[in-house]
Amino acid sequence: MLTETQVVPNSSLASEQDIRSASAKTGLRFLMAAISSMFFLFFVSYIMRSQISDWEALAQPWQPLADSNQLLINSAFLILASVFLEASRHEFGKSALGFSREFLWLAGAASLVFLAGQISFWSFLAANGFYVQSNPANSFFYLLTGLHGLHVVGGLCALLIAGYRLSIARHLRNQESARAAKLSTDLCAMYWHFLMALWLVVFALVSSSPSTYAAIAEFCGLSI
Amino acid sequence: MAYVHDAEHEHLHDPTAFWEKYIFSQDHKVIAIQYSLIAIGVGLIALFLSALMRMQIGFPGVLDMDSTEYYQAMTMHGMIMVIYLLTALFLGGFGNYLIPLMLGARDMVFPFVNMLSVWFYFLSVIVLLASFFVPGGPTGAGWTLYPPQAISQGTPGVEWGIILMLVSLIIFIIAATMGGLNYVTTVLQARTHGMTLMRMPLSIWGIFVATILALLAFPALFVSGIMMLFDQILGTSFFMPDMMQFGEKGEHTGGSPILFQHLFWFFGHPEVYIVALPAFGLISDIISVHARRAVFGYQMMVWAIVVIGALSFIVWAHHMYVAGMNPYFGFFFAVTTLIIAVPTAMKVYNWLFTLWKGNIHLTVPMLFALAFIMTFVAGGLTGLFLGNVVIDIPLSDTYFVVAHFHMVMGVAPVLVVFAAIYHWYPKITGRMLNDTIGKIHFWITFIGTYLIYFPMHYLGLQGMPRRYYLSENYQFIPESAYAMNEFITVVALVVGISQLLYVWNLGYSYFRGPIADANPWKACSLEWCTPDTPPKHGNWGDAMPVVHRWPYDFAVPEAELDYTLQTTPASEVPVHESDHDEVTLAEADDSAKDDGDGVPSLVQS
Repeated sequence: MLTETQVVPNSSLASEQDIRSASAKTGLRFLMAAISSMFFLFFVSYIMRSQISDWEALAQPWQPLADSNQLLINSAFLILASVFLEASRHEFGKSALGFSREFLWLAGAASLVFLAGQISFWSFLAANGFYVQSNPANSFFYLLTGLHGLHVVGGLCALLIAGYRLSIARHLRNQESARAAKLSTDLCAMYWHFLMALWLVVFALVSSSPSTYAAIAEFCGLSI
Repeated sequence: MAYVHDAEHEHLHDPTAFWEKYIFSQDHKVIAIQYSLIAIGVGLIALFLSALMRMQIGFPGVLDMDSTEYYQAMTMHGMIMVIYLLTALFLGGFGNYLIPLMLGARDMVFPFVNMLSVWFYFLSVIVLLASFFVPGGPTGAGWTLYPPQAISQGTPGVEWGIILMLVSLIIFIIAATMGGLNYVTTVLQARTHGMTLMRMPLSIWGIFVATILALLAFPALFVSGIMMLFDQILGTSFFMPDMMQFGEKGEHTGGSPILFQHLFWFFGHPEVYIVALPAFGLISDIISVHARRAVFGYQMMVWAIVVIGALSFIVWAHHMYVAGMNPYFGFFFAVTTLIIAVPTAMKVYNWLFTLWKGNIHLTVPMLFALAFIMTFVAGGLTGLFLGNVVIDIPLSDTYFVVAHFHMVMGVAPVLVVFAAIYHWYPKITGRMLNDTIGKIHFWITFIGTYLIYFPMHYLGLQGMPRRYYLSENYQFIPESAYAMNEFITVVALVVGISQLLYVWNLGYSYFRGPIADANPWKACSLEWCTPDTPPKHGNWGDAMPVVHRWPYDFAVPEAELDYTLQTTPASEVPVHESDHDEVTLAEADDSAKDDGDGVPSLVQS
C-alpha cells in the first residue's frame, strides 16, 4: 500500500538488503515450485508405468532394493547436510559469525558423501546386471536419482559461493558483507531442506512394494 | 509487497562497450529486443515452411516435395510457431520489455539470469535449426512428437532430427524457467511506490499468470522430453511398447504411448494459455488506450485471468478423446473445457463494454486489436464444438481442427503481436511506424487469414483429413475441395509475402520513421512516463516514478486532458478508480491521503 512505501526515499542500506533478500528468496521458492512440478510429474509417470505387467519393482525380495541399507546411509548424509546448514545459519548470530563457515563446509562434505554413495549404488546396480534399459523400474531409478543428484551438484555450486561470501564477511567484518553472506547461507539452507525432502520422497517411491504402487494407482485413477 | 528500495541511490553499471551494450547486455529492454528478433526470425522460417506445405496441398507435385519433406515441414512449422515464436515473443519479448517499465522498476531483479535466459533461448533455436543440416534432416513426427512413431524407423529424422528437437526443447525450457523466475519475482518484489497489484496494467497480469503457468507446465514437456531421449538413446521403454519393425521384434517392451500423451498435453493445454493470457492482457490495454475508455470490469478481468490459468491445468485430456479413455474422464474433461469458456467469455464481453460508447480511434494497433476479438471469438466458438466428445471424435482428424486451432492459437495471438508491436514500437525505438503500410498490412492479413481459415471449417465438415501429404484419389473428398485448396494456397502465399511489408516497415521506420514523442497514443500507464524515449539504461533517470492511480484514467471529468497519467497526484486530478471498480475505493483514499502528505509525483534523489 502507498502508505507503507512513503518511508522509502530515505531508506537505509539495511532495507535495500532486505529487499534483495526477499527477491532472492521469492525467486528460489518459484524455482523449487518448478522443480517440484517436474518431480511430481515423474512420480505420476512412475506410478502409471508401474501398472504395466513388465514392471519389476526394485524392492521385491530378489531385487537390489530389498536391502536398502546403502540408500539409508546415503539419506542420513543428506539429512546431516541439511542439519549442518541449519547449524550454520544458527551460528551466524554469534560473534565473528561463530562456526557458520565450518558448518557450511561440513554440509558440503556430507552432500559429497551422499553423491558418492549414490554413484556407488549405481555401480552396484550395473555390476549386478541392473542396467538402465533392462527394466522400466531401473530406468526410473537411474533417471530420478540422476536428476536429483544433478540438483545437488547445482546446490554445491551455490554452496561454494556462500562459503566464499562467509570468508569475505569474516575478513571484512562489515554489515554489507555479513548480510550478503547471510543471504547466501539462508538460500542454501532452504534449498538443502528441499533437496532432502525431495530425496526422501524419491527414496520412499523407489523402495515401495508393487502392492503400494497398485494401491496408489487405484486411488488416484492412474491405471492405464 | 511492492518496493522501490534504494533504486534512486543504486549505482547502475552503465555498459559502454558494444558487446556489453548490445550483445551480452543485462538490460531488460535489449534482452526483450534480442528475444523478439530471434523469435521473429525463426517465425519467418516457419512461415516459409507453411508456404511449402500449402503448395503441396494446393498444387501437389509442383515443388516435387516428397512425403518426408512434407512431414518435416509440418513438424518444424508447428513446433517453431507455438514454442519458439509465440511463447518466446510474449514472455521473453513483451514480458521482458514491459514488466519493469509498466511497474516502475529499473530492471528485472536478476539481470544476469535474464541475459543467460536469452542466450539459452538462442542456443535452443540453433540446435533446432541444426536439424535441417544433419543426416536424415529434422524430425517429421508431427509437432506433438507422439511415440512410438516419433522414434520408430521410417519416421523422417529418426536418426538425429528427433534428438536435436528434444535437446532443443530441453534447452528452451531451461531458458524459459530462467526468464520466468525473473518475471514473477520482479512483479512481486520490484513494483514502484503506489503500484499495488490491483493497479497493475492487465498486460502485466496476463504475463504474470502465464509465467506461473509456464513454470509449472513446462516441466511436463521437460519430463516427457527426457524420457523420450532415454527411449531413443539408451533403449529404455518409458513410452515405447512392444513392436515388430521390419519383421523383427523391436528392442522395447511394455512402454506406454498414452503416458506421453498425458504428459505432453499436461504441458500442451496450459501452453495455449501461456500464449493467450499475455495476449488477453496486451489487448485489454491496447483497446482501452485507443477507445479512450477505462477497461470495463478491471477486477473481473484480473480474476478471469487467474481462473483461466488455474482451470487450464484440468482440461488437458480434451486433446486425447480419440486416444481412448474412460468415458467418465471424457465427461469430466468436456465439462471443465466448457467451464473455462465462462471466464473467457467474460473477458470478451468486457472488451466489448470497454469499446461501447468509447471514442474509438481506428489506428493500426486498434485495427489489429479489433480483428483479434473477432478472430478469437470465431476460433473460440469452434473450440466449444470440439470440447464435446461426441463432436470431437468425427471431426478430430479433419481440417476443422486445423481451422479451429489456427484461428484461435495461430492467427489470434499473431494479431495481438502485430497490435502490440505497432502500439509499443514508438517507445521501443523512438520512431513511429508507417501508418499507410501498417493499414495495408492489416487489411491483407485480416481478410487473408479469414479467406484461408474459414473455408477450412467446411473442408473439415466434408471430411477432408488433416495431416495427409496427398489427398488425391479419395472418393469421399469432393472435387470442390481441391479447388478450395488451390484458392487457400494462393491466398496463403499472398498473405505470407505481405508480411514482408511489415518486416520492411519495422526496418525502414527504425531509421526513417517520424520521431515519436514520449506518449504518442496519450496513454496513462507508466511506460509512457519515462524521461527518455526510448528509455535509457535504468529506465527512470534520477527520479523513480510514484503511482497514484490505476492505468486506465481516461476522460476523468475534472481533468483538462482526456487521459491522466498514473503518476498524476490526486491533488491535481481526483482519483476515480471507484467509478470502475468499487474495491479500489480504499486505495483511492490512500492516494488522496498520500498526496495530502506531500509525496511528490516523482521521488527526487
